[in-house]
Amino acid sequence: MKIQPYNNRDWKSHPPYLYEAYGSSVKRGPLQKLVPITQTLSEITGPLFSDIKLEQGEADLTRSAQTGIEAMGERIIVVGKVMDEDEKPIRNTVIEIWQANAAGRYQHPVDQHNAPLDPNFIGAGRCVTNDKGEYRFLTIKPGAYPWLNHANAWRPAHIHLSLFGPSLVTRLVTQFFFPGDPLISLDPILNSIPTKSGRRRLIAAYAHDVTEPEFALGYRFDIVLRGRQATPFEKSGR
Amino acid sequence: MKQTPSQTVGPFYSIGLTRQTTNVLVSDATEGQRIGIEGQILDGDGKPVPDAMVEVWQANAYGRYHHPDDKQEKPLDQSFTGWGRSGTDKNGFYSFETIKPGQVPGAGDSAQAPHVNVTVFARGMLVHAYTRIYFADEPANANDRVLNSIKNKARRQTLIATGEKKDGKAVYRFDIRLQGDRETVFFDM
Repeated sequence: MKIQPYNNRDWKSHPPYLYEAYGSSVKRGPLQKLVPITQTLSEITGPLFSDIKLEQGEADLTRSAQTGIEAMGERIIVVGKVMDEDEKPIRNTVIEIWQANAAGRYQHPVDQHNAPLDPNFIGAGRCVTNDKGEYRFLTIKPGAYPWLNHANAWRPAHIHLSLFGPSLVTRLVTQFFFPGDPLISLDPILNSIPTKSGRRRLIAAYAHDVTEPEFALGYRFDIVLRGRQATPFEKSGR
Repeated sequence: MKQTPSQTVGPFYSIGLTRQTTNVLVSDATEGQRIGIEGQILDGDGKPVPDAMVEVWQANAYGRYHHPDDKQEKPLDQSFTGWGRSGTDKNGFYSFETIKPGQVPGAGDSAQAPHVNVTVFARGMLVHAYTRIYFADEPANANDRVLNSIKNKARRQTLIATGEKKDGKAVYRFDIRLQGDRETVFFDM
C-alpha cells in the first residue's frame, strides 16, 4: 500500500518541550530525545468527524443557549482560513475554541481570579470549516488575567483553538493574540516559540473588511497545518 | 506557508474540550473484544498531573482505520470511529472504554502489533506528545518495527500496557510518565 507521508513538525515554528521561563514546562516537558517513526496508516489517518452535527449557535459565544441573554463585553467577529503548507484549504475540519470572559475570568472551578463571572458567557464554541477552509466565530473579546508564573505575571488576551486536520499528525492546539496588546512581548508562553516570525503568526490581524458597522470589530487569524510530502513512495522492504 | 506554532492547552481546556463524554468509543453494536484502558499521567517529580488530556485513535477489530486513506479490503465497522478523548481527574487518571484493535500494516508492509495511538496534552506542555499503547499479551509485539526500533529494552517497556480482569473485562493499565528515569517513549512523527 502506498503511504503518502506528511511533512515533519517544523521545530523552528513550534516551541520546545522545555522552556524555563514558562515554569510549568520544567517538570512536564519530556526530556528524552523523541524516537523517530516512519509514518504508517496509524499516523496518516485520524478522526474526521464527518458525521458531526453541530447545534445551532455553537459558533456564537455571545449569547447563552439557556437564557438567550447576551454576554457582557466587546463583541468581536473572528474569521480565518485553515490550510496546509501548500496553501490548500482544509475543508470540513472541526475547530474548538475556549477563552476567558471580558473580565479575564474562565468559567472553570480552578480559576479563582477575583474578577466577575458572567452567567451568560460559557466561553466555548465549535465550528466546521467550509469548502474554502474558512471559519467564523462571533464572540466576546477576552480580558487579560494574572497568573502565578512570575512576579506580576499577566497573560495577554487570547483565544485557545484546537484543530484536527486530515490526520493524526496534523493535530494542533494553539492560541491567538490581539494586535497591539502590550502584554504580548512579556508572555513566556508565546515567547517559547523560537522565531520572531513564528511568534508573529499567532497574532491575529485587525480586519476592517470583517468589521460590521454598528455591530462588532473583525479579526482574521489564518491557521496552517502540516502539509503532505510531494511524492508518494512505494513501500519496498522486501 | 509555515506551520502555525503550537501552544499549551493551559489549565482550563475542559471548558472547550471535555464538556461532553468522549472516552467511550464503543456502543452495543461495535464488533470486537471489549477492553478498558486506564492510567495515570505523572510529572518529573512523580506527581499526578490533574490538568492533562489524552486522545486515542485506533483501528477497528479487523485492523482498519475509519478514514478514506485506509484503502484496505477489510470491513469497516460503522459503529466505531476509533477516536476518544479523556481529561485527567484530580489524581491524574484518565480512562477509555474501547475494543482491542486489529493489526494494521506498517513500514515495508510488515504487520504492526495491535496498538492504540495516543496524543498527550497538558498545562505545561507547549507541544502535544505522541506515543502508542501496545498490549503485553500480544505475541506480535516481538516483530513490531516501531517497538524494535527502540533499542533500550527498559524504554521499550514504557509502551506496553499490562492487563488484568476486572468484572470479567480486560482492563489495561498504561501510565504516562512525562519525565524521569521511566519517561514514556514519545515519537517524532
